[in-house]
Amino acid sequence: MDFLIFKAPMLMVQASLDGILLGILFALIAYGMALQWGVMNIINIAQGDLVILGGYIAYTMYLAGIHPAWGVIVSPIIMYFVGWYLYKLVINKVVDRDLFISILATFGIAIVMQQLMNFIFGADVVVAQSEYGTTMLFDNSVTLPNSKIFSAFISVLYAVGLVIYMKKSRLGRAIRATAQNARAAKILGVDTEKVYAATFGINAALCGVAGALIAITLTLHPYVGLPYTVRSFMIVIVAGLGNLPAVAISGMGLGLFEEFADYILGTEFRIGAVFMLLVFILVYRRFKLSKKREYLK
Amino acid sequence: MNKLVKLFITSISAITLALVSFSSSFAKVEGDYIVLGSAISLTGKYSSNGVHTQNGYNMAVDRINKMGGVEVQGKKYKFEIIYYDDESNPKRAAQLAERLIKQDGVHYMLGPYSSGLTKAIAPVTEKYKIPMVEANGASRSLFTKGYKYLFAVLSPANQYLEVAIDLAVEKNGGKGVRIAQAFEQDAFSQDVRLGILDAAKRTGSEIIIDDKLPKELNDMAATLAKVKATKPDVLVVSGHTKGALTAIRQISEMKVDVPMLAMTHCDAAKLSKQHGKKSEYALCASQWHKNLSYKDKFFGSGKKYDKDFKKEFGYAPPYQSAESSAALLVFKDAFERANSFDRDAVRDALKTTEMQTFYGNIKFGPGGQNTAKPMILFQVRCKGDECENKVVAPTKWASDKFYHPIPKWSERS
Repeated sequence: MDFLIFKAPMLMVQASLDGILLGILFALIAYGMALQWGVMNIINIAQGDLVILGGYIAYTMYLAGIHPAWGVIVSPIIMYFVGWYLYKLVINKVVDRDLFISILATFGIAIVMQQLMNFIFGADVVVAQSEYGTTMLFDNSVTLPNSKIFSAFISVLYAVGLVIYMKKSRLGRAIRATAQNARAAKILGVDTEKVYAATFGINAALCGVAGALIAITLTLHPYVGLPYTVRSFMIVIVAGLGNLPAVAISGMGLGLFEEFADYILGTEFRIGAVFMLLVFILVYRRFKLSKKREYLK
Repeated sequence: MNKLVKLFITSISAITLALVSFSSSFAKVEGDYIVLGSAISLTGKYSSNGVHTQNGYNMAVDRINKMGGVEVQGKKYKFEIIYYDDESNPKRAAQLAERLIKQDGVHYMLGPYSSGLTKAIAPVTEKYKIPMVEANGASRSLFTKGYKYLFAVLSPANQYLEVAIDLAVEKNGGKGVRIAQAFEQDAFSQDVRLGILDAAKRTGSEIIIDDKLPKELNDMAATLAKVKATKPDVLVVSGHTKGALTAIRQISEMKVDVPMLAMTHCDAAKLSKQHGKKSEYALCASQWHKNLSYKDKFFGSGKKYDKDFKKEFGYAPPYQSAESSAALLVFKDAFERANSFDRDAVRDALKTTEMQTFYGNIKFGPGGQNTAKPMILFQVRCKGDECENKVVAPTKWASDKFYHPIPKWSERS
């Protein structure tokens, strides 16, 4: 236990801001997961690996001399199609089976993706430089990398954009209808197969955005996807499905929780604390993973 | 259908049996060749360093074979290596070591890449009494288990950054310093940490931050904020390439001012290439540097090795390649002194190794670690946008003065 943070108020400000900025990014990934979990009832273990793949797209652009921030536009476009094809190739064959099969299938996708990324991009840890500089507050005692502020801003932008899209557009309404009652939606003429494919594509696109942001704020490596899957899983469990404001709040809450756990319990317990929290919340909410499935082919 | 399956299974078994009996006839020495075996990470998360290791081995095999090979009982032999890909997976590495020994009949082994994989293989080679010279497992625990057939040409992990603490104390006028440290939770980094604890005790230094980074972590902001608040004299970071890259990224973004920053894996992380001027003044532990003045008759000097390696593989050799090449030189020397292919004779010869290679002096301690070679420290220095690693310690090989303290971020362009 270390209470340094309570002795230095500036550390508290720093920790809170770091936590919130990081949490917003997690929330974006979690939103994608909540969306396709809610619509198809699939827990996507490959979520984190989709994020990393999105990051590598931005990194490839960076290598080609294009500013990696453009990745937040290019990467989701490519990732949408990756997601769409993944659905057609694998997911639609398992989506009507039980939850366990879909977890296994996406776990398989995760492994294949890791190996492919390792094969294509190599096993080196890489970073893309944004050269955005730093914002200094309170006489240089609190520093915020502009890349983190940028990433939080873009995350919010995409999340808000998606909410509007879901409310206003035809496809968005079809997705929401399918999530509510797939059978009724199908009877009323919604092409549920198309909706499922689009949902998986949108999820992958959100992962693409998050990946591009991670490339400029953190580091990329073919095998670091899993922590992102775990975090988004947690956020979704806390927030519940299909509730965007809750996802955002729970994301930021998790970011804050991690930072404070790091300061108080020590860095070595940071991830452990997240898992402890997960267990606690699962018990508390008695979350029913085996909720009734509603898939129609 | 059933018949077909049976036929298929029978024929596969027959082929396997034939292969097994055929490969058992492979011995340690085949005609003019001494066959060495190695499980190496050609795929998986260690694949880049695995390839560096393999290139180092291959370069030495070519060179030794070209320059007359190994002379045992008046006959010249050449080296040959059987490689298997261990997929960066310790279990797989142990299986492959078993296969190399039992099926391929290999009697002498070269190490894999990384401490973790070496730890997985060592019990196997020990069980079958197979001498193994390894060049990429530095964890201290490898040398405290009482292994009799394991020999490492590199300095153990606890020595990696001890020199840095000595240097900081020296700069502080001989008085103890305040140390902040962040180490990943893996065998290697924790051994580096033990070295720092020893050095701190020896020099009367105080450790004010002692963070252990989880393996999955790629964010050190909390540790660095603490560093900013407590203002230590030296910050030590070790967490493989990810740790090095994350540290430099966040130190520069958060404008953390420390007088001295010491790290591991700068080479492997291509720190100065990926981060450019932001990595300037970082002090890095290294097993080897081309500017050291060691010499041998196969590769000449470090500079010559660097040049030849570049010509052959198209990139500058990281120390992982250099130490791997040195492992072959050690084997050659041991075979010639043993003047026999008896495994125990070769092992005894390895035990009494005392030689100089382009990579450094080699002499094995009781646990199998190399006790004759110090670690070196280089500092990243930049001219314009070009950054280079300059050796600054130990003073005997220093090509440049150690720049201390690191200028504040507000003064850096």
